[in-house]
This record gives sequence, structure tokens and C-alpha cells, in this order.
Amino acid sequence: MSEALIEVSRVSKSFGGVVANHDISLTVAEGRITGLIGPNGSGKTTLFNSIVGYHPIDAGSIKFEGREISDLNVQKIARLGLVRTFQQTRIYAKMNCLENMRISIAHRNAAWGDMFAKYPPAVVERAEQLLEFVGLYAKRNLVAGSLSFGQQKLLEFAMALMNEPKVLLLDEPTAGINPTLINGLIDRLQRANRDFGITMFIVEHNMRVIMNMAEHIYCLAHGELLAAGPPEKIQNDKSVIDAYLGAH
Amino acid sequence: MTKNSLILHCAILVSGIVAPLLFPGLVFQFAMLWIMILFALTWDVLGGQMGYNSLGNILFFGFGMYICAITQIGMFYDVGKYTAAFGAIKVDFTDQQYYLGLALGLVFAALASVVVAAVLSWVLFGLRGPYFAIGTLGAALAAAELTGSWNYVGGGGGISMPVFPGEPGARSLFFYSLCMLLTIVCYLFLRWLYQTRFGMALNAIRDDEDKAEAMGLHTNRYKMMAWSISAFFLGIVGGLFGNMTGFIEPMEVAYPTLTFGIFMVAMTLLGGKGTLWGPIIGAVLFHVLKEVTWTYLLGWQYVALGLLIIVNVVYFQQGIMGWMQEKWPERFGLVVDRAPGGAAPEDAQ
Repeated sequence: MSEALIEVSRVSKSFGGVVANHDISLTVAEGRITGLIGPNGSGKTTLFNSIVGYHPIDAGSIKFEGREISDLNVQKIARLGLVRTFQQTRIYAKMNCLENMRISIAHRNAAWGDMFAKYPPAVVERAEQLLEFVGLYAKRNLVAGSLSFGQQKLLEFAMALMNEPKVLLLDEPTAGINPTLINGLIDRLQRANRDFGITMFIVEHNMRVIMNMAEHIYCLAHGELLAAGPPEKIQNDKSVIDAYLGAH
Repeated sequence: MTKNSLILHCAILVSGIVAPLLFPGLVFQFAMLWIMILFALTWDVLGGQMGYNSLGNILFFGFGMYICAITQIGMFYDVGKYTAAFGAIKVDFTDQQYYLGLALGLVFAALASVVVAAVLSWVLFGLRGPYFAIGTLGAALAAAELTGSWNYVGGGGGISMPVFPGEPGARSLFFYSLCMLLTIVCYLFLRWLYQTRFGMALNAIRDDEDKAEAMGLHTNRYKMMAWSISAFFLGIVGGLFGNMTGFIEPMEVAYPTLTFGIFMVAMTLLGGKGTLWGPIIGAVLFHVLKEVTWTYLLGWQYVALGLLIIVNVVYFQQGIMGWMQEKWPERFGLVVDRAPGGAAPEDAQ
């Protein structure tokens, strides 16, 4: 296994009396696609939110490239190259697609003066290439809010790529997408992983998708880590099957 | 710049120069029109482009006014003694003293307003939506009360401003020119600003601030800078307005939260927030309407304006420019544009 890019160790998070994550440890290997599955309410999104700094964690540590990030805020973590997409697709609805793309460039080294800079032609070119990559080039001048849900999801994905992340945390990338288009999306995710070298950590409910894509899968249930391993192992793990179907 | 837009800009510039010469009696009104446009333009930076509805922008207007006045007087006299006399001692400023004081006063007004905006943004940008609106309103009201209870600057009694060294006609034209110049500079600056990364960042914050944060945008930086830009222009125009009226006091002149403070919001909404020309169109329409109702519907003027605001907010939220964008989207560049190769949007659902 290659080097761990994200190291989550013994992370716990409660909301009032509800223990959303309890003592969870996992690693996301560099250059790979790692999956995270679990029944509804098992704490997947909470774990995502903890990693990207959306809320403080109660205990444990989260390291990115060996650096502790659990005490950083959302923006600083994003600028390190750890970018997430949302379960409820979020784009800038009143701006057009190209503007959505351009404002999504990496802000890692943005100085105060850059606030008033114009975009160099290379940025515009890259924005158009990525829109082409997700098949939205023809709609680049349309207001993003007027796109269909599936197209907005693709736009959000393209925006994330525009940000040149080291690792991409995708929260249910295929949810709400027409089944016939899912294959196209899987293909694009894999190409982004392979061609752009972006490590991915994916929450997904669609078993066909995640079993095909991920090399290593973690399964959560009731806020605890239930199982971990390659797809074949997870598929045959009795505790995972029980968690999904209910065991008595 | 297209030919039509060039003609439009020239026409506005020419009428701006000719109008006060043709109607010398209305010069103060014309100056007010430029100030109103500036109010709407600067309010729209936060309210329209960034989606933060501030009800307290008038704070910078009043603050700039007082800083300018204190500078103008304080450079040559003791401010405490000057204000304690409530204008009873007529102090003469030489021409040179007057212009130097005014120039430096306007500079300090701008800088001090920027500093106040930067400090306030630390506190107030923690609030969002209606809370931000109420928070800023509170700040403006507090500023008025604080100024009113500070005797050094005249308290509620106000300050008589230094008298302009020249004919009344020349005085009107002098301040008219400065108001016009300032508003044009502000327009050109914002026009440029909205083309840069800054404009897009403000729009991103408006559309989804959490998303912008998740993408690593320096949102606090942009918010602080946006408010500082508003404050810069409002501070200067405050200083100018104080000198135009000749007498300043906290409640009605410097911090008129219920008139100018609300007008800047109403004008922008009428013209269409979030656009460059919306605030300008809105300000002109609103100011003309206001003057007409003041002349022909005396006693009912606030009823008429109130009705206008209610109809605007309930039935016409997008404003004039927003309505035009909905009606002719292709004129604003909102089109499906196929790639030269003809790649169709394959994922259309």
C-alpha cells in the first residue's frame, strides 16, 4: 500500500447525546480511490465534515500529508489541497458556468493583490477544457442555476478539479443522477484519478459504483467502523451484510 | 466598449456638465442626484454583488462628514472652543485655509471610514442574512447616539461648517462638480472592479458562502475589502455633503438612517441589485419620483414612497435591470453556445 495521504485516527464526534462517530481510524492512500459506505445515518457525512474542518472533533487526530489539520478551519484545509463536494450539490447558481469555474481556481498562493487581478488566458483555457471534459462546454455561458441537477453535479465536479486538489472528497457523486449517465460519471472520476493523479475518497450508496471504483473500502454502522478491506472482502463480510439488511 | 454604450456614456457626461449651467436654480438638486447614485452604487457592492444587506452604510457617510469637519476646523482652531460657541463666533478661514482644510478633510474622511469599516467587519461579518442587516443598523444608530452625546464635536447641537470663500453660485457649482467627479470615479472603479476576480468572488459569496469557503476562497478578505471600498466613497461624499449643507448634526444630517440610509437600499432594489447599471437607473428614478412627490403630494410623500417600496419588494424583486435580463437573456450573453466542433451537451437530462 502506498503512502497515506489522509490519516484519521481514533476520531469521535457527538452532537448532544447522539454519537455520530466513535473511535474511527482510517487512512486514504495517495493516488488511490478509497470508498466509504454504510447505511443511512451511520456517520459518513459527519466524518467528511470532520476531515474538512466543518466542525471541531471531540477526540482523535486527523492528519493530511503528515500534518495535523483537525485544528484548522475549512478554508485553510481547502487551500492545503483537500477539497470536498457536497451531497446536496452546491454551485454558484446566479453565475454562469465559466465564472463558476474561474472563481474555483486554487487559492493556495493568493496574495492580497490577486484580489484585483484578471484571469490569465491559461486559466480560462483550462476552465473550458474541464467543462469540455464533463460535457458542459456548450452551456458555459448559461447561468449555473438553470442547469439540470445532473449537470450541476458535473459542474461541481469540474469546479473541484479546477481547484487542483491533491485529494477530492466526494459525497455521493452519483446520487440523483440518471442511471444511464452514471457510467459516464464513473469513467470521468476514474480518468481524473488516473490522468490528473487526484486521490479520491468517496461516500457512495450505489454498491455497483463503489465496488467497481474503489480499491479499498471502509464500512461504517452506528458511527463505528465495522469493516475494512478490498471490495471482494467487504462484499462477503457478514457484519456488513447484517448492517445493511438487519440482523437478528 | 460598444458604440451604443460609448454614446450613452458621452450623453450622460455632457448632460452632467450642461444641466447645472442651464438650470442654475437646481444645482443643489443635481448634486443630490449624483450623491444618490453614489449611495446606490456603493450599497450595491455589499447588498447586490455580495448578498449582504447592510442597513448601516450611512454610518460611513456620517463618520466621514464628522472627520472632515473636525479636520477642517481642527487644523486652524480648537475644535472644542469652536463647537462650544454653537456658531456664535464667526471664524474666518482664508481661501487657502479653506481649500487645504477641505482637501485634507476629505482624504482623512476616506481613510478613517476605511479603518472603521475594517474594524466593524471583524465584528459584523460573523452575522449573516437578517442578523447582519440588524447588526449594521444598530451600528449606525449607535454612531449617531455616540456623536450626539460627545460635546467636543458639538453633541446634538452640531457644527457650523467653515464658510465657502466665494459667491453662492460658485459654491453650488464647486460642490456639484466634486459630487459629479466622485460619482464618476466610483462608477469607473466599480466597473473595472466587477471585471476582476474581485467581482466574481463577491458573487460567489452571494450565491453560496459555505461553498466558497469549502473551495478555499479567502472570504473574510473579500468581505472586508468590499465594505472598505463602500466606506471609502461614502466617507468622501459625507465630507462633501457636510460642506454643502453648511451645518451638520448627528440625527438628521450625518446619520439619517431612516431617509438616506433606507433610500440607498430602495434605489438599488428598484433599479435591480447585483448589476452595475441597476443602482444608477434606480437612483435617478427614485430621486425624480421623490422630488415630484415632495412638490405635488406634500404631506403624502412618505406614503407614496412607502407604497413604491412595498410594490417593489413584493411584486418586482428583480428590479428594472433584473427584469430586462429575464426578458432578453441573450443580450446579456446568457446563451447556449455550441463548441466549434459541435459538441452537444451530452448529459442533458
